[in-house]
Amino acid sequence: MNDISCRSIVICSGKGGVGKTTLTANLGIALAKLGHPTCVLDADYGLRNLDLLLGLENRIVFTAQEVIMEDCRLEQALVKHKHEPHLALMPAGNPRMLDWFNPEHMQTLIKMLHDRFDYVLIDAPAGVEDGFKNAVAGAKEAIVVVNPEISSARDADRVVGLLRSEGLDPQHLVVNRVRPRMVEKLDMLSIDDILDILALPLLGVVEEDEQVIISANLGEPLALGKRKSAAGMAYGRIARRLDGEDVAMTDVSTKPVGFMDRLSTLMATKIL
Amino acid sequence: MTTIRDLIDRLFGPKVASASSARSRLKMVLAHDRSDLSPAMLEQMRFEIMEVVSKYLELDDNAGELSLETEARATALIANLPIRRVKEQRCL
Repeated sequence: MNDISCRSIVICSGKGGVGKTTLTANLGIALAKLGHPTCVLDADYGLRNLDLLLGLENRIVFTAQEVIMEDCRLEQALVKHKHEPHLALMPAGNPRMLDWFNPEHMQTLIKMLHDRFDYVLIDAPAGVEDGFKNAVAGAKEAIVVVNPEISSARDADRVVGLLRSEGLDPQHLVVNRVRPRMVEKLDMLSIDDILDILALPLLGVVEEDEQVIISANLGEPLALGKRKSAAGMAYGRIARRLDGEDVAMTDVSTKPVGFMDRLSTLMATKIL
Repeated sequence: MTTIRDLIDRLFGPKVASASSARSRLKMVLAHDRSDLSPAMLEQMRFEIMEVVSKYLELDDNAGELSLETEARATALIANLPIRRVKEQRCL
């Protein structure tokens, strides 16, 4: 594998809790399932969680910290996934890393990973401060995650501006935690609204899905496909699009189910 | 085209869909975020622009408004200056 073939992609959002880490874990699994050697790098040194979502928290021996300090070799720190051998986790060191870790360290780390992987996905911390700048330093591309919420959209816009000023291009957009019923009732920003505001190419849309929490409880990302879920399938499609495949965007509109839906359908009946 | 909801809205007053207010509030706040202009600077600009325009037109002093609007990633400065009347042409 040569250097050029590796894509290093930072996953960021500005706001916390929009689903960066969940997307990183699932995209990592999905890309690995496509046969690509993939590394997910936890760059959230203050509040790391990528290990938990992947179910690898008990397998960590060394971390990025020891790699940079040259206390261990790269392979010793990389944790191979239990079910998906093409996927490896580069764990975050302890929170004290925040004190000394800098963008050059990140670039060194990513350069070491370049030779072994097709994809390196960097899970950025929330915020736009030093931790974010470190996470961005080694990346060539970015995925901006946004929820259809006013505060998430505002923060994402700020991140898009910062990424641009860092010269990071291309940027892809994932709209996460969409509630189609609320969008239909015009009580949630639509995908078009978000695209209109952020003006980024759309990589994918993920619906709000209870299965995401269940899969986190179990440490088994939905993209593994163990349980059937809308979100899991959406992550799979995002991975294929990222990989260059032409996968159509699916419609996120709902079918009427309950009484309230039938009522709202009735209310929309044309009478004149 | 009228739906049952439209009819009810007309009778009881419309329920404002919250997404549209999110949209307009976002556009407003992003215009300011992106341009990084402070309200004080905007006010100073309004004052100076009105000063220049007042040389040619008689303006309503208190009604002048300067706002930022944003579309995709472009931001525009919009001035809304109600004219009382056009001043008489003077030879310069």
